[in-house]
Parts: sequence; structure tokens; C-alpha cells
Amino acid sequence: MKQELRTDRLSAFYGAHCAIRDITMTFRPKSITALIGPSGCGKSTLLRCLNRMHEVIANTTVKGQVMLDGSNVYDSGIDTTSLRRRVGMVFQRPNPFPTMSISDNVLAGVRLAGDVSDRSTLAEIAERSLRRAALWDEVKDILNRPGTSLSGGQQQRLCIARALAIEPEVLLMDEPASSLDPISTMKIEDLMREIKTDFTIIIVTHNMQQAARVSDFTGFMLAGEAAPGELIEFDESSKIFTTPQDKRTEDYITGRFG
Amino acid sequence: MSQDSADLVSFRVARRVETGERARSHFADRIFSGLLLGSAWIILIVVCGLLAVLVKASWPALTTIGFKAATLAWSPSDDRYGVLSFAFGTVVTSIIALALAGPMGIAVALFLSELAPKRLAGPVSMLVELLAAVPSVVYGLWGLFVLAPVMRTVVQPALGKWLGFLPLFQGPPLGIGMLTGGVLLSIMILPTVAAIARDVFAAVPIEQREGMLALGSTRWEMLTKAVLPYARQGVIGALVLALGRAMGEAMAVVMVIGNTPAVSASLFRPAYTMASVLANEFTEATGQTYVAMLIEIGLLLFGMSIVVNVIARALVWSVSPKGTRAV
Ligand SMILES: Nc1ncnc2c1ncn2[C@@H]1O[C@H](COP(=O)(O)OP(=O)(O)OP(=O)(O)O)[C@@H](O)[C@H]1O
Ligand SMILES: [Mg+2]
Repeated sequence: MKQELRTDRLSAFYGAHCAIRDITMTFRPKSITALIGPSGCGKSTLLRCLNRMHEVIANTTVKGQVMLDGSNVYDSGIDTTSLRRRVGMVFQRPNPFPTMSISDNVLAGVRLAGDVSDRSTLAEIAERSLRRAALWDEVKDILNRPGTSLSGGQQQRLCIARALAIEPEVLLMDEPASSLDPISTMKIEDLMREIKTDFTIIIVTHNMQQAARVSDFTGFMLAGEAAPGELIEFDESSKIFTTPQDKRTEDYITGRFG
Repeated sequence: MSQDSADLVSFRVARRVETGERARSHFADRIFSGLLLGSAWIILIVVCGLLAVLVKASWPALTTIGFKAATLAWSPSDDRYGVLSFAFGTVVTSIIALALAGPMGIAVALFLSELAPKRLAGPVSMLVELLAAVPSVVYGLWGLFVLAPVMRTVVQPALGKWLGFLPLFQGPPLGIGMLTGGVLLSIMILPTVAAIARDVFAAVPIEQREGMLALGSTRWEMLTKAVLPYARQGVIGALVLALGRAMGEAMAVVMVIGNTPAVSASLFRPAYTMASVLANEFTEATGQTYVAMLIEIGLLLFGMSIVVNVIARALVWSVSPKGTRAV
């Protein structure tokens, strides 16, 4: 299948400490996959392995494979800059660039790629991305104001627009709504449902209702006392949240756990 | 006593304790803010006092020389007290110093905070800070015995050969003059720029860096497009601090600038700076006007550094995007 993303026996280490071990899972294209699990089970680590942001941290290593469209992203010939343009990322805390205006923030990635320099095309990209991120109506008259002048929820949607502007195939979101109020959270969930027709979305969340509401598939991860995080169960969200197969999954989603 | 009234009493007591506590913390707050306000006032008073003393001590010169100070000729024995050549020397050497030390210092800071492996960054950072602590007389001696000969035999001839078509680099390579003074100053202020800029870069949040990397930037693009812009106010601060040090530096410059009140287009020519004429001539100044005039030079230098600070503040203002301006 096109734009397929999957991991094959993926393990990740911080120094000698193994954070996740032997994770094998396939992310269905054009759908939303949620990763849930208690704190420290390695959800962020797994997510960051998918676009090779894990290696940005010093002394980290990865074993196993991440296959994107049939080629291993950890192959030596793969260029991380082009990989990260195909697999975009939204962080837990909104991180707009404070010295850039709203539109410059959206276009930051496009300008990095450097393949568009025509003003009207750039303006079109900015508008399309902001519309997709459900922010256009709120900022269309203040595009020259700094990105940091927006509210937290708006900033996070700005960061989503920034990630969408480079037309990634996959969008990774690490607790994108955890620092936001319920209304902003709802807006982000709505826009995720909107854009999943164009992008493969993988979201880490601590909010079980959120996972149940927005995701098509859910993976439950768990780490032992000193053991690395593993994928316990992975299935359609409707199944995970109604008839989980594993006792530990059930304990977790019913709140009898950690 | 019934249960109800007992509750009421304990409620009242609790309330009294609570309000008492609040009053006490209020009191502590007030003392603290009073202390802060006091220190702020002390700084203001010191600055004003400094200004008052300088004006008072230079009053004889201010009244008798007046605007004749805005001339070139400096010859106290003939009662000619033009200070423009000193101002020229100060401005030129400071600009050279900043032009060299600014980019270098920022590069060193970027290297230390971003690229150098920890094993190397630690010792080098310490070395840089050590350089900042070397007394300026020592720099001056080094300038005279090491830097000046190198400038005379290597650097200036080379500059004359390749860039000699510019008036800046014409004339005999003396080894002593504005260029050597500026280069020496740049070495002196390099640690200031590097140390402060390094801390400023280190304070750029990881989210900013990762945000840029996740958009598909190279490490270099991350530095130039995320780290540097985020840090630019702090970097400007570092440069202003360094410029202030360059403008006020006297002892080291005295030894290598040639101490000649002159204005020339060639950077190879000797000159004089405001701080160094003060340091050099104050002890031998005779006559009320002479002494007062030297103090007036000090006053002018003070004024110049204030102007530089105001300009820097304006610069910070103009580069910080609207809406996020920090004073
Ligand atoms: N920068 C780091 N250096 C060393 N160890 C780390 C680092 N980041 C994470 N770890 C370790 O890796 C393991 C997994 O961390 P990770 O951040 O992936 O968990 P998480 O599931 O995202 O948790 P949370 O829900 O709290 O965000 C933890 O044991 C953690 O201590
Ligand atoms: Mg996490």
C-alpha cells in the first residue's frame, strides 16, 4: 500500500538504557493511530524514532527498522532532512518561532526546502495550511503579527499549519493538546479528523477519551519496573476501548492502573 | 460552651491567625520591594552623582573653552584644547574592535554551545573566561612586544599590498597606530562577547531547535534560522557590553596607539583615544583648564557610552517583533 509506515522490531536506547524494545506495528495510511500508555512507557521515544528525531539527543541509538514506502528510514543513504519533510512533527508545547510573523512561521519549512519562492504561491500555501489547521479565520487579518502573540491554542494550531505547509505524508503529534483548554482541544481534534483524508496521523495522548474519539487505531504500550516499553496491544480503537484482548490493556483503559 | 459556639470561636481564631499571617507576608513583601526600589534608586543616585561631579570638575573648561573643544588641535601649552581627534580615535578603534570581535566571538560561542564535544567545550570555555580576567596592562605589554611587531612586519604590509587601493590601508607600516589598537581591543573584548553569547545560545529552548529540525532543516539552518534569531537580543546585549569595554579601555591602548592627537584616513597612522589621553596626561596636567579639560573628556566619553546604549536599546526594539517587545 502506498505511503505505508511500519516499524519492524524497533528498539531505542538512551545511552545503555533501553526505552522501547522490539516494537513491530503498521500505521494505516490516511487514518489516525493513537499511542496510549502510562508515563515513561516510551510513547514519545517511539514517535521520535519515526522521523529520526530520536538521534538529535546525544548518545542515543536505534535498532530495528522503520519502513516508509518500502525503504528503511535508517538506511545510510537516507537524508534526515528530506525524511523529516515527509514525516512532520507537532510538539507537546507550542513552539512557534518568536522572531517570525504568523505567515513566516507557517512558511518556515517551505522556505527551508527552498523550492518555492514565488510570493503569491507562498501566500497560497500559507492560506491553505492555515485553513487546514482551522486557524485562517482567526489570523487572516494579522498575518504579520509575531507567531507568539497568539493564544496557546492558536499557537498550537499555527504549529500544525507549519507542519502541514510542507505537505508531509505522515504527521506525528506528541500530546498536541495536553497544554490546551477543552475548546482548543476540540478544535484540534476536529481538524485532525478533517485532515486525515490527506495525511497519516499518529498521535500520542494521555487522554483516553481523546484517543477513543479521534483515532481509528490504538496501540497500548507498557513498560515494566526496569523493563523497556513494549507494545502490548494494537487494534482498531473500537475494539481496544470496548473489548481489549489483554488484561493489562483493560486495566489501563478502565483506570485500574498507574 | 455548645458545639456551635466552639466552632465559631475556632473559626474566628483560625481567621485571625490567617489574616495575621497574611499581614506578615504582606509586610515581608513590602520590605522586599522596598529594598529593590532602594537599590534602583541608589544606582540612579550614583549615576547622577557621577555626572554632577564630572560636570563640576570640568566646569572651568566647559565655561572657558566651550565649543572650541569641538576642534582638532590639542596643544595644552598653547591653550588649544580640541578633543575631536580623541573622539575620532575612540570611535575608530572601537569600531575595528567590534567588527573583528563581534563575528569571532559569536562564532566561538556557537562553536562552544553547539558544536564542540563536551570534553573540549569545558576547558575552552574556562580559557575564554580566563582571558576576560587578564589585566589590561598585560594586554598592553603583549600588544607592544608581540602584536605591534607582527602588525608591522606581516599584517600591515600584506594589507597594504592587497587592499592598498583603499585609503584605509595606505602609508608606511608602523606597527603602532589605530589598526593595532583596534586589533588589541578586539582581542580584549572577544572573551566578553564569546562568554555572554555562549550563555545566551545555551538558553535557547530545545523546543525551538527541535521545531526547526523537525521541519527538515540541517544543523546549520537550525543555528541560523532558529537559534540565532531567538538569541539576537541577548547577542546585541553582549556586543554593547563589549563595545562599552572597548570605548573605555585606556591602559592597553596607550601602549600601542602611538598617542598622537591626529585624524587620518589610514588606519596605519598613530592616533589617540579619549580614555588613553585621560590615563596618560592626567598626572602631568598643569593648570586648572588643562585638568578640567581632561575631565571634560571623561564627561564626553560618559555621554558617548550613554548614546551607544540608547542606540543599542533602539536596535533591540527594532528587531524584536511587535507585540513581544520587552521594554
Ligand atoms: N532525554 C532522555 N535521556 C534519557 N532517558 C530518557 C530521555 N527521554 C526519555 N528517557 C527515558 O525513556 C523512557 C521513555 O520515555 P518517553 O519520554 O518516551 O515516555 P513517554 O511514554 O512519552 O512518557 P510521557 O507520557 O510521560 O511523556 C523513560 O524511561 C525515560 O526515562
Ligand atoms: Mg512523552
